[in-house]
Amino acid sequence: MDFHHSEERQMLADTLTRFVAQDYPLADRLAAGASETGYDPAKWATLAELGVIGALFGEEAGGFGGAGFDISVVFDAIGRGLMLEPFLQTLLVGSVLANAGSAEQQTRLEGLLSGETIAAFAHFEAGDGCKTAYIATTAKRDGEGWVLNGQKAVVRAATASAFLIVSARARGQAGDADGVSLFLVPNDANGVMLRDYETIDGGRAADVTLSNVKLGAEALIGIDGRAALVIDDALGKGLLALCAEAVGIMDVIKDMTILYIQTRKQFGVPIGKFQALQHRMAEMLLEVEQARSAVINAAFHEGTPGLERERALSACKVTIGRVGTLVAEESIQIHGGMGMTWEYPLGHFAKRLTIIGHEMGDEDFHLVRYMDLAKGAGA
Amino acid sequence: MDLNYSADELAFQAEVRDWLKANLAPELAHKVRHGQTLTKADMQGWHDTLNARGWLANHWPTEYGGTGWTAIERHIFEEECALAYAPRVVPFGLSMLGPVLIKYGNEAQKNRWLPRILDGSDWWCQGYSEPGAGSDLAGLRCRAERKGDHYIVNGQKTWTTLAQHANMIFMLVRTSTEGKQQEGISFLLIDMNTPGIEVKPIHLLEGSHEVNDVFFTDVKVPVENLVGEENKGWTYAKYLLTYERTNIAGIGFSMAALGELKEIVQDQTRAGRKLADDPLFAARLARAEIELENTKITNLRVVSAAAGGGAPGAESSMLKIKGTEIRQEFDVLKRKAIGSYAVPLVPEAFEPGFNGPYVGPAYAAPIAKEYFNHRKITIFGGSNEIQKNIISKMILGL
Repeated sequence: MDFHHSEERQMLADTLTRFVAQDYPLADRLAAGASETGYDPAKWATLAELGVIGALFGEEAGGFGGAGFDISVVFDAIGRGLMLEPFLQTLLVGSVLANAGSAEQQTRLEGLLSGETIAAFAHFEAGDGCKTAYIATTAKRDGEGWVLNGQKAVVRAATASAFLIVSARARGQAGDADGVSLFLVPNDANGVMLRDYETIDGGRAADVTLSNVKLGAEALIGIDGRAALVIDDALGKGLLALCAEAVGIMDVIKDMTILYIQTRKQFGVPIGKFQALQHRMAEMLLEVEQARSAVINAAFHEGTPGLERERALSACKVTIGRVGTLVAEESIQIHGGMGMTWEYPLGHFAKRLTIIGHEMGDEDFHLVRYMDLAKGAGA
Repeated sequence: MDLNYSADELAFQAEVRDWLKANLAPELAHKVRHGQTLTKADMQGWHDTLNARGWLANHWPTEYGGTGWTAIERHIFEEECALAYAPRVVPFGLSMLGPVLIKYGNEAQKNRWLPRILDGSDWWCQGYSEPGAGSDLAGLRCRAERKGDHYIVNGQKTWTTLAQHANMIFMLVRTSTEGKQQEGISFLLIDMNTPGIEVKPIHLLEGSHEVNDVFFTDVKVPVENLVGEENKGWTYAKYLLTYERTNIAGIGFSMAALGELKEIVQDQTRAGRKLADDPLFAARLARAEIELENTKITNLRVVSAAAGGGAPGAESSMLKIKGTEIRQEFDVLKRKAIGSYAVPLVPEAFEPGFNGPYVGPAYAAPIAKEYFNHRKITIFGGSNEIQKNIISKMILGL
């Protein structure tokens, strides 16, 4: 039993903490979020040089990390900095390619890890309820190749991407674990249409429409119809990443709120003197520690496929959903009017924290999944 | 980062498990599991069994007869004992007074009292709370006046757990009314057989007799029974309280409760459907299970951080709050799970040797009683509201 990070990981965490403090001011972040790309390409390049992307992948993919705790350390810092850059998409796409890609497809890993190539995982759909197998997008055989039709919902960094990894059903019914395939789709392929928009928590995303998108045989990733495990592996890493990001954000919000109630005076005293606020603050503190414990547990199990991994990941997302909502809502309330302003940083952190609750399955979805897994019903 | 126990820790866990299997009498575990009243002989017998193995004072230094275990080993031991339904070690002498004497007692006091705690010669109780001094403990008024070689004690203590079995009590008494409240308190050891002491039972809402009022009228206490310095008792009291809150998360008890619930939901039916398949109940149980998993990790983080076997500080307040909230949540779930069989109260079912027939399922018999009894856990040891005050004071610096 050991709750210390290895020296390398601690160094990575320190590097990122310094970068956030010195080179990632909130004003830059807000400007980048409202820009055409939705993130800051120069900062992305610097972060790639610092090895931040490489830390997310194992040696087989060209990285030098890739363990659960590597992912959690990086994304914790991403949360603290409220970074917009497409780390999560890179993690998802890179994991799929490293896990199931052909030699030719894996040549793209180098560009992904160096930060030169942006790509996005276009998996979730409006009506899927976040269930991996509820994919309505279809892939039909077309000679040696394929034709894709369907819609993918809220794909971050889609417009900035060179290619998308798209899940589509090659056979069977919605809900069948069997029959889902993955395809590598160039963004400029005929029939790919992006409806690009800003997001409420900063940055950009797009809804993706695939209309008779013709692909060659080489576009298929892995085995036809057998992508469910590959998708779950990548989404598991993504869930861990999101949860670690959330804890990083919670720490910032917690510290900001403590400082505020120590200094903001009403009735002639700092408002932190009032027990009504002290007790709410104490609850916030201990719930953030519970969330941190959930992430530690998920990071520990992430690298070992199986029921324990999936249960730990869903338990973590349930916790993050519950605590994230508490922290976001309480911190705004405790700040009073200041918490409602655009100018004060809190709101931007609270928005991202709340939106994380919606991504890759919310608290309710993962609670049901956690229970179903125990019954052996799978995801 | 590694959440696995080391090979040594796993071996230790196996050793504890095997030892419990061989040495915890099934009848005793049965009593604990079924909420039957434990006699003083039951509790003392378990102390003797542990003491014979050298495992009774598991957080004392080895020179005083302790185990020298690491914080993780202590955690493993507590967890295994709870899962095996061993009786709780009575904490007053071992977990509370012992550490205070070891840190603040003089040699004569250590030599005299510590061995008697281990061998059961003395049964201690705790004289802290008073009718007017609960959460505001420093407001205590029980007086001790120095007269020659004695203190003369007058006043009242309350909520004194198991005082009916005790021959000794450690007390916080007021020796000065000058200056700050905290600066006039002393720590005294008093023989319960001294003339002028009267113990009166307080019956709890579910009918049990655990706590008492203790009255002191001109009770003569030899001055050598003062621990440390006069008027410095508050320092020792606070030190003791951090020990009172170790293992306060009670993870093992919650794990045992979760195990019971998983069996109960398979046994209970609702209109032909297993309770396990009731979506609302299952969701609430799943949430509690997730919170328990998180608390296990939080607890281990705090335990690991308490290097050198010391008692944790503000973090223990956090564990007290979360640990007790979760235990109470499991108590609620158990009570709800048995439906109408929360209603019967059959006194014989709590008597030693009772073997049925039960009204309703055997597992249901103690559940409602324990639910009510366990409302105490968010109140004692410093109420959860006091714990929040401590957290906010230590973290907000207010």
